[in-house]
Amino acid sequence: MNSRDKILEAVKSSQPDQRPLPQLQFESYNTTDAPTAFANVLGTIGGATHFVNSYDEIEEIICAEYTHAKRIITVCSQIKTGEVISSDIDPHSLEDVDLAIIEAHFGVAENAALWVTDALVPERVLPFITQQLAVIVKKEDILFTMHQAYERIGNMDYGFATFIAGPSKTADIEQSLVLGAHGPKTMRVFILLNA
Amino acid sequence: MTNYADKDHASLAEKFNVDEPRVNWHDETLWWVRVKRDKASKSLPEWELLRETASQIKNNVLSNLSEYLIQFEEEATRNGITVHWAADAKEHNEIVHGLLQKHGITRMVKSKSMLTEECHLNEYLQQQGIEVIDTDLGERIVQMRKEPPSHIVLPAIHLKKQDVSDTFHEHLHTEKGNYDPQFLTHAARLHLREKFLTGKLALTGVNFAIAETGEFVVCTNEGNADMGAHLADIHIACMGIEKLLPQRKHLSVFLRLLARSATGQPITTYSSHFKKPRKGQEMHVVLVDNGRSIQLGRKDFRNSLKCIRCAACFNTCPVYRRSGGHSYHTAVAGPIGSILAPNIDMKQYADLPFASTLCGSCSNVCPVKIDIHDQLYKWRQVLMKEGYGSTVKKMGMKGMTFTLSHPGVYHFAGNAGRWVLRNASFIVNNKLNPWYKQRDMPSPPEESFGEWYKKNRK
Repeated sequence: MNSRDKILEAVKSSQPDQRPLPQLQFESYNTTDAPTAFANVLGTIGGATHFVNSYDEIEEIICAEYTHAKRIITVCSQIKTGEVISSDIDPHSLEDVDLAIIEAHFGVAENAALWVTDALVPERVLPFITQQLAVIVKKEDILFTMHQAYERIGNMDYGFATFIAGPSKTADIEQSLVLGAHGPKTMRVFILLNA
Repeated sequence: MTNYADKDHASLAEKFNVDEPRVNWHDETLWWVRVKRDKASKSLPEWELLRETASQIKNNVLSNLSEYLIQFEEEATRNGITVHWAADAKEHNEIVHGLLQKHGITRMVKSKSMLTEECHLNEYLQQQGIEVIDTDLGERIVQMRKEPPSHIVLPAIHLKKQDVSDTFHEHLHTEKGNYDPQFLTHAARLHLREKFLTGKLALTGVNFAIAETGEFVVCTNEGNADMGAHLADIHIACMGIEKLLPQRKHLSVFLRLLARSATGQPITTYSSHFKKPRKGQEMHVVLVDNGRSIQLGRKDFRNSLKCIRCAACFNTCPVYRRSGGHSYHTAVAGPIGSILAPNIDMKQYADLPFASTLCGSCSNVCPVKIDIHDQLYKWRQVLMKEGYGSTVKKMGMKGMTFTLSHPGVYHFAGNAGRWVLRNASFIVNNKLNPWYKQRDMPSPPEESFGEWYKKNRK
């Protein structure tokens, strides 16, 4: 018998009697406060939030805040700053990216996580390899809890998807928090009020 | 790698306890992590409902595990992932080595996977001439020092920044005596970036795998799993068979619990869902049993398979905090490791269920409600019955049984003990008494309860 069948047989003979799956019934919270709650949580995990009224305003902030960024990649079509990359680019060629500007499907207020799938980033490594990350999300796309998040995700098809919450970090040396472990050292989220 | 094979928890803990200020630092730091966990859990009014729901989902998983495994294999295969099955550690290691060999690759970047620690994959691959680069910062530090991780979430928690600085000076030629964590982390970032960019094969662990969709989720704060996987031509993800969840929506419960329980963060920085390989990439999942199906058949101990490796039970455990992870001489230390290890080898790990005060704090913080301290107690009974208890414990137990079943002997022993503590404390306050280590014996009461009761009975 091969290992697959051996394991499956051993598991089947050991597993206990059927136990039912529970219902997921959790409080949904009032989402009108979600963008503010999101910004507060993001602040505690090392990120920054800007409430903006237009893409032009985002562009202005980017020009003012990232003056040292040499290579900027833009995935959002409304942002003119930065180069556009195609989906068949070699991911290794992104090693010198200083800033990536991407969009998120939605954000989650309880943990400041943003849902990004490969439909929104042409190359999976982009939001990780870039030195700094900027993410744009619409105000009405800020949910409150992870339960609402997975309701929204539903059967969405993707090859790769991720929740991103703040800049990459580590506290592996004496529990001292350091931002910028392997991924972005900073993260800025633009919440669009009137899109 | 340090050999702990012939050691037991008590003697290894004694070694750790030699440096008292360091033990105090270790104790206080982990307690601080536990406090952060408390704060995070109390910020959610539905915390207890989350724990209960997670526990019930995991009970359902264990009761349908064979069906979920088949479903996962089917869906993952449909997604373009190659699924492998490994009955034990040896087969797991051979599968990974086989893939490296097939592609003629001699170096592998690896993100944190306690399963590969359990299987001793690094040692195995090194013997085959493969270079393994651990990419989690803490794991890279202990790998350079040729030590195993001492904690499943904080692998280098037993080290001080001076140790890390010395290690980096030796291996990465950083400035000697620069202890700044920011500086040291940056040096590691540059060092590992080069490894990511030149890595052809990346191995990651798996936090959760979804039967319904055939995808798997990897959580990190550093982003090392993603850096490795998205730059490599081949991605291998290794998982214990118990990591399955029925449906995608169940992730909402577990992602709310995991990081809050582990470090007090609301979620890890990255919760990455891998469903299909990217264009031109190969993606493999290795499903590993290695004793899990046996544990599933042990009614009293099967609940240990619900564990999501958050390490909350480590951080709260008074024994772990004061004895350090290496004293457990197994890949997963702490209270949960002490109920997992004897399943794999009763003889080698017979000491671990005794490395506990049975205070129950571990069970109280467990996000999936594993009855950890009850299982520690039950393992003690199994181990003594099977003849794996230490001679000292057996003699002690026999002595206690005799004393407790003979009232005359009991009263005499009580009186003698109190007399000794009062008048001749040197008899017990010495090295021969294990209870005297790191503490003084208490002052004895004036009289026993029996004596008091006789006097005061109306």
